Amino acid sequence: MSRASLKEKLPILITASVLVLLTLAAGLRFDNFLSLRVLMNLIADNAFLGVIAVGLTFVILTGGIDLSVGSMMGLGGIVAAELITVSHVHPLIALLVPIAVGGFLGWGQGTLIAKLGLPPFLVTLSGLFLCRGIALAISRESVQIEHPFFRTLTNWSVSLPAKASLSLGSIVFILVVFGGMILARQSRFGRTVYAIGGNANSAELMGLPVRRTLVWTYVLSGMCAGLGGVLFALYTSSGNAISGTGLELDAIATVVIGGTLLSGGYGSVLGTLLGVLTLGVVQTAITFMGTLSSWWTRIVIGTLLLFFMLVQKVIELAARRGQTT
Amino acid sequence: MESLLQLQGLEKRFPGTVALDHVDFDLYEGEVHALMGENGAGKSTLIKALTGVHPPDSGTMSLQGKLILPQSPEDAVRHGISTVYQEVNLVPNLTVMENLLLGREPRGPFGIRWKEMRERAESAIARLGLKLDVRAPLSSLSVALQQMVAISRALDVSAKVLILDEPTSSLDSDEVAALFTVIRQLKAQGLGVIFVTHFLDQMYEISDRITVLRNGKKVGTWNATDLPRLELVTQMIGRDASELERSDSVLADAALGSPILETKGLGRRGSVSEVTLSVSPGETVGLAGLLGSGRTETVKLLFGVASPDSGSLKLDGRSLARLKPKSAIRAGIGYCSEDRKREGIFPELTVRENILILAQVKSGWYKPFSLQKQRSMATDLVGRLKVQPADIERPIQTLSGGNQQKALLARWLAVEPRLLLLDEPTRGIDVGAKFEIMALVENLRQAGRSFVFVSSELPEIVRSCTKVLVMRDRKAIKELESGAVSEERIVQEIAGS
Repeated sequence: MSRASLKEKLPILITASVLVLLTLAAGLRFDNFLSLRVLMNLIADNAFLGVIAVGLTFVILTGGIDLSVGSMMGLGGIVAAELITVSHVHPLIALLVPIAVGGFLGWGQGTLIAKLGLPPFLVTLSGLFLCRGIALAISRESVQIEHPFFRTLTNWSVSLPAKASLSLGSIVFILVVFGGMILARQSRFGRTVYAIGGNANSAELMGLPVRRTLVWTYVLSGMCAGLGGVLFALYTSSGNAISGTGLELDAIATVVIGGTLLSGGYGSVLGTLLGVLTLGVVQTAITFMGTLSSWWTRIVIGTLLLFFMLVQKVIELAARRGQTT
Repeated sequence: MESLLQLQGLEKRFPGTVALDHVDFDLYEGEVHALMGENGAGKSTLIKALTGVHPPDSGTMSLQGKLILPQSPEDAVRHGISTVYQEVNLVPNLTVMENLLLGREPRGPFGIRWKEMRERAESAIARLGLKLDVRAPLSSLSVALQQMVAISRALDVSAKVLILDEPTSSLDSDEVAALFTVIRQLKAQGLGVIFVTHFLDQMYEISDRITVLRNGKKVGTWNATDLPRLELVTQMIGRDASELERSDSVLADAALGSPILETKGLGRRGSVSEVTLSVSPGETVGLAGLLGSGRTETVKLLFGVASPDSGSLKLDGRSLARLKPKSAIRAGIGYCSEDRKREGIFPELTVRENILILAQVKSGWYKPFSLQKQRSMATDLVGRLKVQPADIERPIQTLSGGNQQKALLARWLAVEPRLLLLDEPTRGIDVGAKFEIMALVENLRQAGRSFVFVSSELPEIVRSCTKVLVMRDRKAIKELESGAVSEERIVQEIAGS
């Protein structure tokens, strides 16, 4: 394996090993941990985060950042809930609206970033405030969703052996991961995303549609955030304007733990899936311990994040040394 | 031969300069047309106009009789105008095959067909007579191979016009030969090639016609066989009879005292080699040579911006393994970069702050200059150097290039260096300011200061330098002692004849 492809593959291998080790350790410690049911619950609990992280992966691959995803998810949830409960719109339509809203807001942010050259950090930070504000303006209270069809959706699941089941949210998450993998690997859009992350200036001189692609990554991220809001509404049977607060940071953490470089160009959707699962395993293991409080999740994630950053730095230095000698 | 591409009356203005001044240019089918000129002559601007990076302000371009106006590189590629740049413009993180075919990947119902892509990439690489794994990441290749990939990419488009903008500066002679074989094939297929290079041998080997630009204007177009090398260099550099005279004082004065800086066979892999020079008090050592001949690299070695890996360097008679800018400054050496905007000014700071920043750093942050002292020092220097406008509280970016340059000189004069390295101090500034800077350098030299002076304008070198080091192909090839310095000699040495 050449050093440069090592740079590409090693982070994901390390993430996979850490995930396997954590899972095995938890499995040794707790009898019921290594079961299909726990795995399915883990996926269901993190479906909304996973969908958002997949969208965010594309933005980060270009070397950008999207801080608005958490509050866009909150906005999506409250919009869906209001439409169903207050405006009596059929859930089938009401659940599509947040995706469209997320896509539209993402388009606005992407346009500002790609066409006017504004910094992604600040543009999406304003997006973060705007979406949260609008969500709270719509409703400060949590809105319960009561609708027969909606209940059918939340209760629907595919039964699996060993008392496990796969919820609708989990299926959507899995589909989004597959879709994301194909988009990143098999489409011109996806390859252009990697090219921009590698060197945006070169990509432009190579005649690639850099600006258009950048706009679309933010549209994609916005749509995934809206979809995340929908999944969260399905998961909790309600909409809440403050849901997803700080979630953008969790999403960034999972993307980075999954081996995607914040500077862009290197990373994968599969890695992001592993990152989400790692976060899920840590959370579940800590829940299993019972006595430990949730801040332990934060401590572990913080440590893991630091570890992965150091690993990436070491790989980068090794790759550079390989080039100069 | 059929005319393929015609440019007429192309004009491009940037704030303060006319980069292209009504330039005409034409390219035949099956021709290699060299575009020659010194730095700032307008070659890059012409190419950027053609590739849509900076569309021209006025003038027309027509390709095969049809008017075109590319608005972006993407657009130019669609018209059939492909470009290979001096710096490899590919993406390092993706594989060779993707770099070849990004944006035009073979696709099927399930997206990109990787197998077909690999086959196409392999045949494209084979066309250039190369052997390499197209699945390897680009960053694992040497710069030369990366450049060959870039050329291969440009050829893969159904190109009608191929622009090669100094593609050979990172290639060795075998690679250049391979590239030229391919160019000859393409010529036979009727492709028009615009070739920009600073390597005269290579240019003569492959080119059919030569167009020379100077100061944004076209000097002329010749058949390559009708333009001898010496004549070409003269046309590129241009000469003005009144500037040719060598001032008597330069001839009269000899070096005083022992050398401040001495190098022997100094070099750095991939940068420059065999630089041997010495600078004594009261000397101005000129570095002459075409762009890319290693002048800037030499100056950077002398100031310690880059560290040498061969040869020796002595400062005040003491041998040093390497020099760092900080210790160079402490030893009384100063350096004005050729890139005034990026490596010189702090654009938002005022003229006063820009001038005083170095003196303040040198004296230490714990001994701040009072505002009064800063003002008097800045006002004094601004007056001595005739910086216009003489308002020391203006942000430096609002000054013209020449006045920015004077302010940068003032910055160094504020710390009274013994030796000042000046890299193209007169580039891109108006004639009046040029003469003032030259006069200032000469006055300081007579007062015992020393300079290393890089300039693309030979008259300046001849006028002001006590001795001249001629550089070619990243080597110092000849030192001309005071009596031997003349423009003709330098041109001969540069041309290698």
